[in-house]
Amino acid sequence: MSDSTKFVGEGEFYSVGTGLTDPAAPDGDIETRWERRKFAAKLVNPANRRKHKVIVVGTGLAGGAAGASLAEQGYHVVQFCFQDSPRRAHSIAAQGGINAAKNYRNDGDSVYRLFYDTVKGGDFRGRESNIHRLAENSVKIIDQCVAQGVPFAREYSGLLDTRSFGGVQVQRTFYARGQTGQQLLIGAYQALSKQIDAGNVEMHARHEMLDLIIVDGRARGIVARNLVTGELSTHLGDAVVLATGGYGNVFFLSTNAKGSNTSAIWRAHRRGAYFGNPCYTQIHPTCIPRSGDHQSKLTLMSESLRNDGRIWVPKQMGDNRPPEQIPEDERDYYLERIYPAFGNLVPRDIASRAAKNVCDEGRGVGPGGQGVYLDFADAIARMGEDTVREKYGNLFDMYARITAENPYKQPMRIYPAVHYTMGGLWVDYDLQTTIPGLFAAGEANFSDHGANRLGASALMQGLSDGYFILPNTVNHYIASNKFAAVPTDAPDVVEVETLVKERIEKLLSINGDRTVDSFHKELGQIMWDYCGMARNDAGLRKAISEIRHLRDEFWKRVKVPGTGAELNQSLEKANRVADFIELGELMCIDALMREESCGGHFREESQTPDGEAARQDDKFSFVAAWEYGGQGRFGTTGGDPVLHQEELIFDYVHPAQRSYA
Amino acid sequence: MKLKLKIWRQKNAADAGAMVSYDIDGVSPDMSFLEMLDTLNEKLILDGEDPVAFDHDCREGICGSCGVVINGEAHGPEQTTACQLHMRAFSDGEEIIIEPWRAAPFPVIKDLVVNRSAFDRIIGAGGYITAPTGSAPEGNSTRIPKPDADEAFANATCIGCGACVAACPNGSASLFVSAKVTHLNLLPQGQPERESRVLNMVEQMDAEGFGGCTNTGMCTVSCPKEIPFVSIANLNKEYRRAVKSGRKG
Repeated sequence: MSDSTKFVGEGEFYSVGTGLTDPAAPDGDIETRWERRKFAAKLVNPANRRKHKVIVVGTGLAGGAAGASLAEQGYHVVQFCFQDSPRRAHSIAAQGGINAAKNYRNDGDSVYRLFYDTVKGGDFRGRESNIHRLAENSVKIIDQCVAQGVPFAREYSGLLDTRSFGGVQVQRTFYARGQTGQQLLIGAYQALSKQIDAGNVEMHARHEMLDLIIVDGRARGIVARNLVTGELSTHLGDAVVLATGGYGNVFFLSTNAKGSNTSAIWRAHRRGAYFGNPCYTQIHPTCIPRSGDHQSKLTLMSESLRNDGRIWVPKQMGDNRPPEQIPEDERDYYLERIYPAFGNLVPRDIASRAAKNVCDEGRGVGPGGQGVYLDFADAIARMGEDTVREKYGNLFDMYARITAENPYKQPMRIYPAVHYTMGGLWVDYDLQTTIPGLFAAGEANFSDHGANRLGASALMQGLSDGYFILPNTVNHYIASNKFAAVPTDAPDVVEVETLVKERIEKLLSINGDRTVDSFHKELGQIMWDYCGMARNDAGLRKAISEIRHLRDEFWKRVKVPGTGAELNQSLEKANRVADFIELGELMCIDALMREESCGGHFREESQTPDGEAARQDDKFSFVAAWEYGGQGRFGTTGGDPVLHQEELIFDYVHPAQRSYA
Repeated sequence: MKLKLKIWRQKNAADAGAMVSYDIDGVSPDMSFLEMLDTLNEKLILDGEDPVAFDHDCREGICGSCGVVINGEAHGPEQTTACQLHMRAFSDGEEIIIEPWRAAPFPVIKDLVVNRSAFDRIIGAGGYITAPTGSAPEGNSTRIPKPDADEAFANATCIGCGACVAACPNGSASLFVSAKVTHLNLLPQGQPERESRVLNMVEQMDAEGFGGCTNTGMCTVSCPKEIPFVSIANLNKEYRRAVKSGRKG
């Protein structure tokens, strides 16, 4: 923690407020913290639960699991998703797998080892207590999903199969071919569907949350827009759970679904919820390179491919020969060379940065030189094409479809891309934000993974939050408070409704000369260039200034056709892009302040003599929790954000510079 | 590439709707079909026209949101989703006819967007295994023979896009229902609700107004996830078994 030295940009872009502590942080032995927390939690009599309404926004792994579990407990759940069905949440696209400390392989795995690997893999920017709880829950998640009929891969013995994943040396990843997220989500969706059918969950599909309602300092409801009719509606309840996913689409090009957005958590932030570590973005190393300016999104190839694929580029700069004509001794298997212990299985940030480095050197392959080879020739020679097809077939098919190249015959080309955001709403150990009664789960919270999410851990976190944590902590919150009914004409409710209406009318009335997408693409380019894999002081200052200019332009020149009283996809996008612009600025401010390299975030001013990321624990061992600066409307910020620091304490896993050599 | 598009435009569910022609230029063969529509929409917006509404989200062929009938075929000429169909499947100068899914249980919302919530209600009627949170036994205590696990998996890959219904001359949802029934009824965990599941799901499918199956087979040809035709035979087998058992849902 720093108190004597000033941070970069302090006073210029933001101010520093008081420190922040987690009011729900447990103490004592780490192994028993969660058990003791659960026992200390207050309970609600089963007969009284049905009198309480819980609003859940989002239906992915975290939201779907939470909605189903809270309804099973007896709460009346009012749930929302912007897709046409809860089954389509973006969790469905996760490919590789989900970690669990089952030690089925007898390879020395344990809850403690999963905890240890995750703290270390998060580059010591996550909370020990939360991560230990995640590791504990991992074991129960597999059991829960198997019981639901999730068809995990199995061995001939009929037992569950596992594989290894980037960044770890045990086989703890459970998977369902390359469609693990789909299968886990369908499990949660089916559990949720049963509760919808039983009338315990009131499901609002094709609805989008546009603002949060706070009464007497507590979250009591939301304003939502029916995306089909345009109708605005107010929903009131006793607690609100936001499980709305990540904000990687701030970069325009990312592996996120096109509809993934930040609006729900950003509006909550504007109403007082602190935003944790906004600049923490995971860049995934194995993505299909972009093919042109028309590209609307990027497609990931599962990281599990790195188990058997070997990554290389030509040794010579500008070697344009087709891969099969480049002899073995003219290839640079750079990950195996630089990191012999982990080789191609180094963590995502290391693999991503190494790929960027060789491409920056001019050794990249494919059109534009923004690519490296992921080669299965050795794997096919070793285990045969059929076995490779059995393990990765659907990924190979997907690659062939997108690129029109046959990856069984020639190596795939991959390049890093924005994949996951570790930042999000700041939450305490109970997953409660700084607004009482407002909870955030899954990718929407600032997450347990620190600065560098390891593979196969996001699915684990979403389900842990949804199935096992919120059902306890929301219960405790409801048992600990009294809830007077909120009249629908209460001034706090009417004010929010009015503001939402004004904002929609404003967007529709500008009638400028630029499309929403043109702004989104421009924002994305700024973010990728200056707040992507590598950052520096000058670049971030430039980005902040360009984003502020872009924000002004947006509110003067955006063109949104149609009306508010219909299905209007341009209006939906405009609402979201306006939020992305504001969030993008905060991400750059956060990145400017954090003058260290950490996890996936390479600050050029902070590196070791051999070019590896240099963390600065003495100054930055904290969570950056940002308080919204003012009541700016329609493109004005109002005031500078305020930085609150939550100190991170490591009693069990002691910070050391990571080494994968 | 230069293309002539004929697209179904319909303002809302009450509107009659009509085909409208658009010329588009500068289409790259590397574009996905939806990126081609994005390009058209950017132009329409700047021209002051209403862009074409279509459903999409992941654009990776897994969420099941997208789906349009292209030149008479659900998801177009290749066995994939519209988002994974690329413009290299078409030739320069070609005319492309783009329509929404057409089936009474999938009413049009706007342009190419339809309402598929009938599928959700079918799942709600029994397409699940009841396993309340927190009471599950140890995962490896239930062994499942690999062939059963594989067959269950092959059926579990259904993305609920509705192409099977759109492709079927009867508007039948049999392939969708059979995939779920086969996935869950094959597993030991799915046995307690085996009979009630199939009876309730079929009853709901009929109530939603989906047509019956006459073994035309267009559903499997159009299914982007290659759900096998034999699953429908399995659905019929499971249904007969459930009726005989006399266990009502």
